[in-house]
Amino acid sequence: MIEGLLIGLSTAFSLTNILMVIGGCLIGTFIGMLPGLGPMSIIAIMIPVAITIGDPSAALILLAGVYYGAIFGGSTSSILINAPGVASTVASSFDGYPMARDGKAGKALTIAAIASFAGGTIGALLLMVFAPMLASVALLFHSAEYFALMVVGLSAIAAFAGTGNVAKAMLMTIVGLMLATVGTSALFNAPRFTAGMMELQSGIGFITLAMAMFALPEAIYLVLDPARSKRSGDSGKITNLRISREEGRQIAPVIGRQSVQGFFIGVLPGAGATIASFLGYAVERNIASAEEQKMFGKGSVKGLAAPESANNAASTGSFVPLLTLGIPGSGTTAILLGALLALNVTPGPRLMVDSPEIFWSVIISMYLGNLVLLILNLPLIPYIAKILAVPRTFLIPFILFFTLMGAYIGQNNSTELLLLVAFGVMATILKFADFPLPPLLIGFILGGMLEDNFARSMQLYDGVSFMWERPMTMVLLIVAAILVVLPGLRTWRARASQRRGVSTPD
Amino acid sequence: MTLDRAIAFFILIVCLLYGYSAWFIMDAEIPPFMARNPVWPSSFPKILAIGGMFFSFLVLITPYRPKDDPDLDLSRLSEYNYGQAIGLLALMTAYALLLLPLGFLASTFLFLMIGSLILGERRWVPMILASGIASVGIWYLVQEVLGIFLRPLPAMFGA
Repeated sequence: MIEGLLIGLSTAFSLTNILMVIGGCLIGTFIGMLPGLGPMSIIAIMIPVAITIGDPSAALILLAGVYYGAIFGGSTSSILINAPGVASTVASSFDGYPMARDGKAGKALTIAAIASFAGGTIGALLLMVFAPMLASVALLFHSAEYFALMVVGLSAIAAFAGTGNVAKAMLMTIVGLMLATVGTSALFNAPRFTAGMMELQSGIGFITLAMAMFALPEAIYLVLDPARSKRSGDSGKITNLRISREEGRQIAPVIGRQSVQGFFIGVLPGAGATIASFLGYAVERNIASAEEQKMFGKGSVKGLAAPESANNAASTGSFVPLLTLGIPGSGTTAILLGALLALNVTPGPRLMVDSPEIFWSVIISMYLGNLVLLILNLPLIPYIAKILAVPRTFLIPFILFFTLMGAYIGQNNSTELLLLVAFGVMATILKFADFPLPPLLIGFILGGMLEDNFARSMQLYDGVSFMWERPMTMVLLIVAAILVVLPGLRTWRARASQRRGVSTPD
Repeated sequence: MTLDRAIAFFILIVCLLYGYSAWFIMDAEIPPFMARNPVWPSSFPKILAIGGMFFSFLVLITPYRPKDDPDLDLSRLSEYNYGQAIGLLALMTAYALLLLPLGFLASTFLFLMIGSLILGERRWVPMILASGIASVGIWYLVQEVLGIFLRPLPAMFGA
């Protein structure tokens, strides 16, 4: 591990890579503050840039920096104008916005930054311990286990989609997998499902799909509902960034607990930063003293520190399955996986053996990124926050233009732009009907690998017998089945008992 | 029929078509040397088609349950700016079609200008300044810094 750390240090501390972290964090904070652009859209926009850099470590460091920056930017807009840019910072607005209204915006931002810093750093430490352990186990896996593991990952993502939504999430996953079969598959060397269109032979570009699933629907929502971006309470002046010693003592244990809890929630596929932040908030409210409990929701420092450290630790935790198994647990890590694949890096247990410099430099860059956020971004916040004043009549055309540019640079053909618009319209309609979109993209990105491993196992065992002849595979597939069936069963039973109790016709 | 069921129905049809092409079109074209292979290009799509049909059917028969915390305020559905949204989507389509014939600079400038115009902006000087600086600046970044070729001028001028 020490050896790895040294490799990581020497890679991450090169001038270019430090600039990447700083640049990534700044860009991330800047764009993350805008309403409607979450980390997923920002990373998708930045991918073409990262790919042209060419060096996988530098590219991943840049994207990771953008990711942290975006989360920080999202917290800032939650606190200042009560308009969370991302779901995972909604919990931060519960106590952050009341603090800002009390004229303590500067204090709230500092607490958010310190909590994020601690959460991210503790998360990175835990990642350093757990990722190599998991990777050494994963090295024993064969294609059959990989196939099963991906099925577990996809089911878990669907299972966490929320009550009554599992069927929809599974359906979206399958649609994503179906989209992934379009084009020439590496295994058979023959085009499939292209409807005779030349442009589809190389498949659908994943940046195009990522833009269409996240950035475009959000932008269209902003157009449809002007109130969405105008929820402005006057942010006022951001003064006095200092916090008192007493407040520091209050939040320290909260940050410690929530960083660890958030990390482990983040490791689980599908759970991620949003659940971690809400759970962190709820847990801290429950264990606080009765007197402190009254403050929650009215500007409690603890209520702000909890979700902030939890969501950052969880974002770091979500890198564990990505880096060790090559399986993304969230939409954001799915996009990062797509970027890695485009850079010819296949994440997974072999990553640590074959290219340790990538793995370790990402971890080192996490520390760096957190440090940059604390010492560089925090003092700059009053200036960066000015972007919130850009009128939407200018902002929205630019957001749309960036989605177009991302899709065009990624594939270099203008048919891709038409695909972007078509998929974007479909995604907006799906979002309207409350179909979760991240499973679709994750399915799309995992589709190729899932089929490869499936086909390889089929060839080795001359049929589907690998599903029960390999105990590990069987156990994993059973876990996947339970994950999908259980929530459905629970809603069904709840509905049945409801029907017996109150006879409301459906 | 609620919107989510309509979507599920649509996906069900897509899955049927997808399954049909996997079973009947792709299997008919399988080269003889592959026919003894345990896995065909159509094997995985067949599983997906069945799974897709199953889950879309499940969504179809699930009773509608309104979301506790809707992302969009459905009570104000009639106040939404559908015209602007459709206009911008049409503008994006036009950009896709005109990017190569018109060149990057002109089409981007027009896109940003008309985009602001559709959203109701009428301050001409800032509009021209922002669109102009952005299109030249981004062209410079992409072409010179990132090294990706973007045809700057209309196709009729060559280059």
